[in-house]
Amino acid sequence: MARVSGVDLPRNKRGVIALTYIFGIGNPTAAEILAKAEVDPNKKVYQWSDEETAAIRAIITNEIKVEGALRSEVQLNIKRLMDIGSYRGIRHRKGLPVRGQRTKTNCRTRKGKRKTVANKKKATK
Amino acid sequence: MARSLKKGPYVAFKLQKKVDALNDSGKRTVIKTWSRASMITPEFVGHTFAVHNGNKFIPVYITENMVGHKLGEFAPTRQFKGHSGNRK
Repeated sequence: MARVSGVDLPRNKRGVIALTYIFGIGNPTAAEILAKAEVDPNKKVYQWSDEETAAIRAIITNEIKVEGALRSEVQLNIKRLMDIGSYRGIRHRKGLPVRGQRTKTNCRTRKGKRKTVANKKKATK
Repeated sequence: MARSLKKGPYVAFKLQKKVDALNDSGKRTVIKTWSRASMITPEFVGHTFAVHNGNKFIPVYITENMVGHKLGEFAPTRQFKGHSGNRK
């Protein structure tokens, strides 16, 4: 069982894909790690030897910020924006899109479920 | 797209002159400015700027965390008063 930085890797997937289950590792980083550890990226996780697993684990713990540490860094960055009162911080505080998208329609990911307003006038032709 | 490093951060020339003068004399006065696009540089820290938002001037006190942002980010140009239906 390959357990890296608090995450269980799926056993039956290719190494590159399995590594992307860790928060902070995407396709390019996964390929990089495997190249560095000299593991064939097409090898499935259950085929990894103990040494290979150890090498991969060492690279991840020493060189890459993943999971909890990365999450808290992101949160800190957002908190900084909110504390200095910048436009982006205000948008974060209000739960609205930060990067200038339209809010007349869409933006449901940020705004959450639609809140229907009673007696809102329908557009008339 | 990010600005070319070769040019360095954009600071309006007049604004830079005013800040330099203030730093030389060691005085702390409010600097009125329309230059919302100017980047906040380390020399700005500790000064107060009155940044125009299109209607009036918003006082902005510069702290260390703000370096690298632009003055306009701290003076919102839009005022949201709520939707028409939301009367209480």
